[in-house]
Amino acid sequence: MIDRKTPNKTLGESLRDHGLSRRGFLKFCAATASMMALPPGMVPVIAAALEQARRPSVIWLSFQECTGCTESLTRSHAPALEDLILNLISLDYHHTLQAAAGDAAEDARLQAMEANTGQYLVIVDGSIPGPDSNPGFSTVAGRSNYEILMETVEHAAAVIAVGTCAAFGGLPQASPNPTGAMSVMDLVKDKPVINVSGCPPIPMVITGVLAHYLTFGRLPELDAYHRPLAFYGQSIHDRCYRRPFYDKGKFAETFDDEGAKLGWCLYRLGCKGPSTYNACATMRWNGGVSWPIESGHPCLGCSEPSFWDAGSFYQPLSVPLTATSGDLLTAAVGGAVVGAGVATLANKQIKTAVANRQPVTVEELEEKL
Amino acid sequence: MSGSMAFLLWIKGPMFNIALAIFAIGLFARFAEIFLLGRKPNYAEPRAGEWLPGFKTMFTRSIADPGTFQRASFNVVVGWVWHLGFLIALLLFVPHVELMKGLFGIVWPALPNPVVDLITAITLIALVATLVHRLTHPVKQRISTFDDYLVWTVVFLVVLTGYLAYHRLVNPYPIALGMHILMAEIFLIILPFTKLTHIFTAFIARWYNGAAFGRKGVAS
Amino acid sequence: MSGLDPISVIIESNVSCAGMPQDCGNALPILHEIRHALERLISTGEETRIDLNAMPFGPGDLDCLKALLGTGEVHATVEAMGLTLIQETAIPGVWLVDYQNSDARRLTLQIEIASVPEILRPQPLDLAEAINTLDGRLTQSASNRHHSS
Repeated sequence: MIDRKTPNKTLGESLRDHGLSRRGFLKFCAATASMMALPPGMVPVIAAALEQARRPSVIWLSFQECTGCTESLTRSHAPALEDLILNLISLDYHHTLQAAAGDAAEDARLQAMEANTGQYLVIVDGSIPGPDSNPGFSTVAGRSNYEILMETVEHAAAVIAVGTCAAFGGLPQASPNPTGAMSVMDLVKDKPVINVSGCPPIPMVITGVLAHYLTFGRLPELDAYHRPLAFYGQSIHDRCYRRPFYDKGKFAETFDDEGAKLGWCLYRLGCKGPSTYNACATMRWNGGVSWPIESGHPCLGCSEPSFWDAGSFYQPLSVPLTATSGDLLTAAVGGAVVGAGVATLANKQIKTAVANRQPVTVEELEEKL
Repeated sequence: MSGSMAFLLWIKGPMFNIALAIFAIGLFARFAEIFLLGRKPNYAEPRAGEWLPGFKTMFTRSIADPGTFQRASFNVVVGWVWHLGFLIALLLFVPHVELMKGLFGIVWPALPNPVVDLITAITLIALVATLVHRLTHPVKQRISTFDDYLVWTVVFLVVLTGYLAYHRLVNPYPIALGMHILMAEIFLIILPFTKLTHIFTAFIARWYNGAAFGRKGVAS
Repeated sequence: MSGLDPISVIIESNVSCAGMPQDCGNALPILHEIRHALERLISTGEETRIDLNAMPFGPGDLDCLKALLGTGEVHATVEAMGLTLIQETAIPGVWLVDYQNSDARRLTLQIEIASVPEILRPQPLDLAEAINTLDGRLTQSASNRHHSS
């Protein structure tokens, strides 16, 4: 039987077992620092920490998801580096990637949990039908997602919610949320939860978070949404190479006008960059080839909560979600009717007052004074 | 879950509808009231037409007469500066033009952002100056009511939150943008019930004035 | 060559991707950062590394930066976990270090402001073992000569 206990070798040792020289290790650290979005000045610290780090057991749970997050990770561009990182973890359970099926697969999960209790990491992709939902909406091995999540998380060191579905509910939670989908942090309250949002997240960000945990043995610094600040600390807008055009007030008005061809700002075409926090602008996609805005498409805001319900992807951020000029007109007509009613009433009062007016004598007035 | 995005979506969604409804109902109730109550019929024979002088006065009254300018030059100059600044920021800033386009489908050209930014900064300074003036000027001090301070606060906060959101001085951004839209919504809500109604009624009142003078055959 | 070739492509504008790289103006701040780093290197000997992967560069910005820095005399290659290409720029003390993986894909691109880039220097732990390694070889060759005579 396979031993699922965390191996006792440190990372430095196992890297040297991979035949990595010290220069290679330095390079590995430089690339890791870049991946973790840490300044290159941190390389010596990373090197020292990686020497001592140990290989953690990882259980990957997939719930209401499309496997896009796993695709993003496994088809990532820098296989050498990501392979190394992934080889440095012990991925003990993953529906899509594991060879085992049926009882053997579920046994692997239970064994890993038992052997590494309190120390293993749980990665979740996909949202979970909440405890009040029909448990049949999404099941694995005949058990509800909720049940499996709570069981697996109970003795975990931490939970990493990969993708917007796991982090914020994502597409399954979009109105009208038929399955009562909830995010991991809605359900897991007593364990540290890291959200790696995005639809899908940038592969380098997924491995970067793993690398951080591996390197420093603790969770990275998080923002208000429990996302690692190193990757989600700045908005797309603030890091966008097209920002100078926004500042100059140069905008593409349509997808094929001269402004679009000149690479001007996409705000008017509905770019959600100003309200979206992610690392696309610097890490880019497909091996650093490009990213949505560089390819001429506005940011959809996929790493933010409720992004499916945040209005049209092609409406600028400043446009209200539901109000229309029709509503305004209806309200105006309603107001006019109310005003007309009030005016008629006032007119009537004036008329009655005029009709019932009694002459007043000087004596009467003086009496009142 | 911390809900800065939920806040923004609520502000942009239901809250915007509520604000717009209160604004439109309130404003049009007042319009209907004003027009239906009207003026007492004037049985004197008109000496000249009233429409043209009415419309003319709507604009000529925007320029203070020399006497007023000499008596209250601060009011005139600073008043002009911040009113114009506010209007430019409101109507010629790209996101605002997009808002109008989204609501009404009408588009007009916008100013470059740095220009609007500068104008907004000037507007903020002018607004602070008006408050200082109101608080220190012996007469203004006495005639100022709660309504005046409320309106000043709301107008100032609308501009200030807009400035903060543009420069992204509040984090996270959805909160900054949400606060700005919320202030604009409060502005819309109180508009029909405070002196802010003058945005519309000033021109009605001027028309009445100009028309009345025109009818009498005198220049207003 | 590929099945896409029969599709005719009409270039409508010179400024589209097909045209020359445009300067988005994002390279200039990096040059200022390099200037400050050079000042520190000269006055205190402090070295600086700038990760260009973390820069919000648009198309053309990197080329613009490289063109501005120019090419110097030194060109070096390190073979460890794939290639690392080191290029001195026309500014002494400013190096472009291109870390690649074994598939010759870029892992990260850094600008190093130092007398010699870190990765070119012998690593301290390797240096500590250097005499032992050499001694080992001396003993080896001595015994070899001893055996052959």
